[in-house]
Amino acid sequence: MTGLRLLPATAVGLILLFLAFPIVVVMVVSFSSATYLTFPPPTFGVRWYASYFGSEDWLRPTWLSLWVAAVVVVLSTVLGTAAALGITRLPRGLRVLVAGLVLSPLIVPGIVVAIGIYYAFAHYGLVGSPAGLILAHTCLAVPFVVTSVTANLAGIDPRLEQAAMSLGATPRATFFQVTLPLIRPGVLVGALFAFITSFDELIVALFVSGSGAVTLPRRMWDDLRFAIDPTIAAVSTLTIVLTAALMAGAHLLRKHAERQLSWSAAEG
Amino acid sequence: MAPLLLAAPLVLFMLAFYALPVLAMLLRSISDPAWTLAHYAALPGDTVFLKTFSITFYTSVIVTLASLLLGYPVALALVRAPRWAPLIVVLVLLPFWTSVLVRSYAWMVLLGRHGLFNEALLAAGLLDRPMRILNTPLATQIAMTHILLPYMILPIANALRQIDPSLLRASSGLGAPPWRTFLQVTLPLSMPGVAAGVLLVFVLALGFYITPAMVGGPREITLSMLIALQVEQLEWASAATLSAVLLATALAIIGLCHRLPGLGGAFRMNVRP
Repeated sequence: MTGLRLLPATAVGLILLFLAFPIVVVMVVSFSSATYLTFPPPTFGVRWYASYFGSEDWLRPTWLSLWVAAVVVVLSTVLGTAAALGITRLPRGLRVLVAGLVLSPLIVPGIVVAIGIYYAFAHYGLVGSPAGLILAHTCLAVPFVVTSVTANLAGIDPRLEQAAMSLGATPRATFFQVTLPLIRPGVLVGALFAFITSFDELIVALFVSGSGAVTLPRRMWDDLRFAIDPTIAAVSTLTIVLTAALMAGAHLLRKHAERQLSWSAAEG
Repeated sequence: MAPLLLAAPLVLFMLAFYALPVLAMLLRSISDPAWTLAHYAALPGDTVFLKTFSITFYTSVIVTLASLLLGYPVALALVRAPRWAPLIVVLVLLPFWTSVLVRSYAWMVLLGRHGLFNEALLAAGLLDRPMRILNTPLATQIAMTHILLPYMILPIANALRQIDPSLLRASSGLGAPPWRTFLQVTLPLSMPGVAAGVLLVFVLALGFYITPAMVGGPREITLSMLIALQVEQLEWASAATLSAVLLATALAIIGLCHRLPGLGGAFRMNVRP
């Protein structure tokens, strides 16, 4: 296999620049000292971070987003892990049906989900409350838990569970002492995806937040309608760093799990 | 443990808080004010709908083609240049992990009247006065391509990785120049990945709402934006009809592609690796 030639290498380099450049620009702008958006910034400073951390209008939505996402993680991880364990053992016809329902939020356009939920939640009085956001975000986050745990389950030798059972372990003990430790990486990766899904979610929040439960993305969206002052660049940079750290964690976890699986396969 | 019992809590949860709400909303398209198909019958004569639908479809086609054109070389580099692969992975995944809102905002910063793009062209003397890019269809196409590009790169890279290297050696050993090996071996064998990427990007592009609303032109409304507009005006029957059309279009395209060989798994992959 020949290495990259000069021309294709330059083209690939430019495409990668196109991918990464906008993110870098937002990060650089966030450290600008100017009161308006300009690039490159005349001088650097942290005034926009100070303006973010000093403003209750920004911190309140941040806390709301964080704790909504935390509850979504718990709900979607418990419901999703149990469902994944069930789905893989269902007869084929039923399995396709259940998986179709559970994974459909990945395909159904966001606006359709959002207004459907808004339509129903308005009747239940769930618009403008964190509860409405939590219920809706859990539905959007759960497919990531189910796919992650299912993928993890597929790599597990069923004889391990059979061995535990035949040695006299109750189903309960088998689950907590054999199955759960084996699927822990999949569960954790799913939980991280669930957190980010809820934390970054905007379309449902636009309809369901109302004025009583304004999330961070919703606050950013409202702000962008009037001005694009660099505070948003600072908030964006903070969310980029947070999601990148979580995703890198998920990535490492998955790599670690793959290595463990291939080791145990090699030993077996 | 009964498998059905394990899945039941989630199934009930999603029926109550997602599936039934969406279905109840969609039902408004045939039950408002009485059982009728009039809302659907009116669509072919509705110029706003026709214009919106064609803009949405056209934007998705452009974005899909641009993503394919830009994504394939990156996928190839990712698989064929192992030394650079870690850097490429980071550069592809960093924007992928950033929210759509933040990435759309980034393009507002870049493409605005006093944005980096205009300032650079002015400084270079290529422009006399700032060009209008933000709030045009071009801005939507650029930003959406940027956002959807990783969805093209990852499936193609997956397909390329599965090509047996001995096939490439055999091809060049038999005297084929690199471009011929690419056209006759690599490209055909990577087609399942290309098809999966095209399907994924196209279907996701159809439903885009945030990006066109933020960077797009005031008159280039996508189907998602029109639906939101109808809801704001409490025109639920109209919003439901348009939602059904958008959903049916997406499902029809996925269904169509499922009939193509090698594509069955396109939507079974984890969309956010």
